[in-house]
Amino acid sequence: MPTISIPSSLRRQFTGGMTQLEVEATTFRRLILELERRFPGLGNQVEESMAIAVDGEIFQDAYSLQLKAGSDIVLIPKIAGG
Amino acid sequence: MNFVANKSDLKVVGTRPVRPDGMDKVTGKAQFGADLTLAGTLVGKIKRSPHAHARIVAIDTSKALAIPGVKSVITAADIPDIPSEEAFVGEGPTNFRDQSLNCIARDKVLYEGHAVAAVAATSSAIADAALAAIEVTYEVLPHVIDVEAAMAEDAPILFEGMITQGVDPKPTKASNIVKKVAFGHGDWQAGMAEADVVVEGKYDTAAVHQAYIEPHACIASVNPDGQTTIFASSQGQFMIRQYTAKILGMDIADIRVTPAEIGGGFGGKTIVYIEPLAVAMSRQAGRPVKIVMTRDEVFRASGPTSGGTIEVKIGAKKDGTITGAYAMVKLQAGAFPGSPVAPACMCAFAMYDLKNVMAEGYDVVSNRAKVAAYRAPGAPISTFAVESVMDELAIKLGMDPIDLRMKNAAKQGTKASYGPVFPVIGFEEVLEAAKAHPHWTAPLGPNQGRGVATGFWFNIGGESSASVFVNEDGSVSVVSGSPDIGGSRASMAMMAAEVLGIPYEKVRPIIGDTAQIGITGVTGGSRVTFATGMATTQAAERAVDELKKRAAMIWDISPDAVDWKDGEAVPAGANAGGFDPLPLAAIALKAAKTGGPINAEVSINAQGAGAAFGAHIADVEVDPETGFVKILRYTAVQDVGRAIHPSYVEGQIQGGATQGIGWALNEEYIYDKNGRMDNAGFLDYRVPVASDLPMIEAVLVEVPNPRHPFGVRGVGEVPIIPPMAAIGNAIKAATGMRLVSLPMSPPKVRAAFDAAKG
Repeated sequence: MPTISIPSSLRRQFTGGMTQLEVEATTFRRLILELERRFPGLGNQVEESMAIAVDGEIFQDAYSLQLKAGSDIVLIPKIAGG
Repeated sequence: MNFVANKSDLKVVGTRPVRPDGMDKVTGKAQFGADLTLAGTLVGKIKRSPHAHARIVAIDTSKALAIPGVKSVITAADIPDIPSEEAFVGEGPTNFRDQSLNCIARDKVLYEGHAVAAVAATSSAIADAALAAIEVTYEVLPHVIDVEAAMAEDAPILFEGMITQGVDPKPTKASNIVKKVAFGHGDWQAGMAEADVVVEGKYDTAAVHQAYIEPHACIASVNPDGQTTIFASSQGQFMIRQYTAKILGMDIADIRVTPAEIGGGFGGKTIVYIEPLAVAMSRQAGRPVKIVMTRDEVFRASGPTSGGTIEVKIGAKKDGTITGAYAMVKLQAGAFPGSPVAPACMCAFAMYDLKNVMAEGYDVVSNRAKVAAYRAPGAPISTFAVESVMDELAIKLGMDPIDLRMKNAAKQGTKASYGPVFPVIGFEEVLEAAKAHPHWTAPLGPNQGRGVATGFWFNIGGESSASVFVNEDGSVSVVSGSPDIGGSRASMAMMAAEVLGIPYEKVRPIIGDTAQIGITGVTGGSRVTFATGMATTQAAERAVDELKKRAAMIWDISPDAVDWKDGEAVPAGANAGGFDPLPLAAIALKAAKTGGPINAEVSINAQGAGAAFGAHIADVEVDPETGFVKILRYTAVQDVGRAIHPSYVEGQIQGGATQGIGWALNEEYIYDKNGRMDNAGFLDYRVPVASDLPMIEAVLVEVPNPRHPFGVRGVGEVPIIPPMAAIGNAIKAATGMRLVSLPMSPPKVRAAFDAAKG
C-alpha cells in the first residue's frame, strides 16, 4: 500500500494533523478518490492544486500514473514558472 | 523513443544552426503584437485610477460617448460579474474573478493604474479626449504598500472578507494576509541546538518588473455572429483564449487566437490585461480594436514580481555540516492574492541535503499592481537571503564557500527541503565545474571582491501539442503550440530532424494558432524544449513509423522488415530483400499512391521534468566615493541536462543572469507617499544594458535527464536565481560590508560606507 506524506497546509484543514497515510490505491486517480472518501474535500484539493512526487519524480495532472506498494508519495503545490 | 545516452550518437542535437526566425527579426519583418492592423481598426485606450486605494462612487461616460469618433466606451458594467473560481492557468494558480477585476475594477480600485474604463475611437487623439471626458468619482481610502506594513494590525484592509488561511486557530478578523505556507522536515530548532555556529540575518528585496521590451499589445475583431479573432503578443495563445472566454462568458470555440511574435515575457505575459477589453469594445463597436499599452502603463498596471522580507537562520558544525536551517518569507502579492511565496519557500534550501529544515511564508496583499510570474517565481527572493547567510557562514567557519556548499550539496537520493527525494540531479557537478573554472582563482585588485551563490528550480512539463507534416518534396513542416521566446523554433526543428534523420534545413518550424494545433500550455516554466520537444519527438517518430509502412508498400514487403536509418528506409536484414535505400523524399513523392499525406500529431501532458541547479561567480569593483558597483567578470555554471542548441541555452543563461544583475544593483519600484509609482519608465527604472556588463560566460554542465529522449532539463529559470547573492557576497568580499537590502544601488552602498565609518 503506498504511503503518502501530507503537507502541513493540508493537515490542519483535512487530516486532523496526520502527517502520513497509507492509502489503498493503484493509480493517482484512485488515490484522489480515496482521499476524498476518507477526508472530504482533500481529494478535490489535491486534484485542483497539488502535484504528486512518486519516489522522487514529480507528476502533475496524471490520473493514470501507476502507484506501487511501498511507493513514497509526497504532495506538493503544482509548479509553474516564469 | 528511448533515451539517447551517448551524445556522440546525435547528429543535429548539440549543433548550432541559424535560427529560423532570425532573418525576420533582424530585418524588422517579424509581426509583433502592435504590428497588425485590420481595415477599420479602432484605437483602444484605458482610463486608469490615479489613487492607490479608493471606492468607485460613480463613473459618467456620457460626455466621452458624445465625442464624434468614439465608437465604444466600457466599464465593469459591460463585463460579466463572474463568481470566484479557482483554477490553474498560465503560470500558476489563479482566480478568474480576480483576473476579471484586475482587467477592470468594479467597486474599488486597489492600486494606482487600476483600469476603470476603456474607450475605442477612430484616432489616438480622439481616444485620449474620450478618456479625459470620462468622469470618475472616487472615495479615496487609506492605502498600504509595503509587505510588513500591510501585515500590521492597523493596516488598511483591501478585502473585508479576507481571513488568513493556513494558521491555527483560524483568525476571526480580516487582514491582508492571504495565507501561510510551510515546507520542511525534521526539527529545525533541535538542529540549531546541535550547531557549533549559527548565522542569521534579515534581508529585503524590492518589487521588480520583468521589463520585457515589447509592451502588451493585441488586436481583437468580433463578427456579428460572435466569432472572435485575437492577434496578441503573449506567452500562450491558448491561455489568452481561456481567460478571455471565461472573463467574457464566451464559448472557447468562438475565439481564435493567433500568437504574435513576442518581444520578451519572462512570465509577465502569462495572464491577460487588455484582450477581454479589446473584445468587449470590438463587440460593441462592430469594428476591430487594437490596444497597445504604453511603457508607463506596463509599469503601473502589469505584474512585477514580489518584493519581500526574508529572515534566515542556519546552524552548522565546525566542519561545515549544516544541522538546521530556517527561513521566514513574507511576499507582496500586489492587489490580489497570489504571490510566489510557496515556490520561494520550496526553493530556499533545495540546494542542500538537510536533516532539519523549515521554510515558512506569508502571501500578503497590498495596494500595488498584482504580481505576475517572473523567471523562477519567488526563488530569487528567498535564495538571495539564504545564499547571503551561507556566505556569512563560510566566513565564520573559515571555509571556502564552494567547499561549504559541496559539503552540504543535494544529490540523487537527498530528501529535498520541499518534500520529495531527488532523482538524478547535477548540483555536485555544477559546484565542481565552478571550483575548477579559472575564474575562481583569478587575481583581484584593490576594492575588488568575488562572490559565489547557487540556485535551484524544479522545471515542469505539462500539456503540449506538435504536428509533423511530410511535404511532397521531402521537406518537413513542424507545427507546435508554443510561442517562440528563446529559440524554440530551432530546437523543435532540430529534434524533429534528429529523429527523421534529415538535415535541419529541411525542417520548417511553425507556431500554430488555437485553431491549427492542439492545446498547449504557455511558454514558461522552462517547459517548452522539454515538453513540446517531447511532443515533437513523438510526432516525428510516428511519422517515421508511417514512412516505414509506405516504404514496405513500395517494396511490397512487411513493414516489420523495414528499418529507418539516416533519413532513409532500409531493409531490416538480408531476408528482407536486396532493395536500395529509399530516402524520405522518394517515399513522400509516392505518398498519394501509398495512402495519402504523411502526417502525425501528438498531444501529451509531459511528465518527468528534470530539476536544475546553477552556481554563479561574480567579480565586482566597488567605488568607495560613489558607491557604484561595477561587474568585472561573471561566470554562470548550470546543469542543463543536454543542450539541444547550445547557443540558445547560453543565451538563456546570459539573459537570466543579466536580469538578476539588474535586480541586484538597480531595479526597484519606488512609490510616493500617495502610493503612486515614481519611476514608471526606463529612464528612472534602470535595467542593465550591454555597456554595463562584461560578457557573461555560460558554462554548460550536462547531466542528462533520463526522462527526456535527448536528456533535456529546463534552462531559463535557474540563471536569475543566484546573481543577487553572488553580487552581495562579492561586495562583502570587496568592502567587508554585508548589504541586506536590494537593490544594492549606489546610494545604499554609499550609505553603508558612511554607516561603517560611524
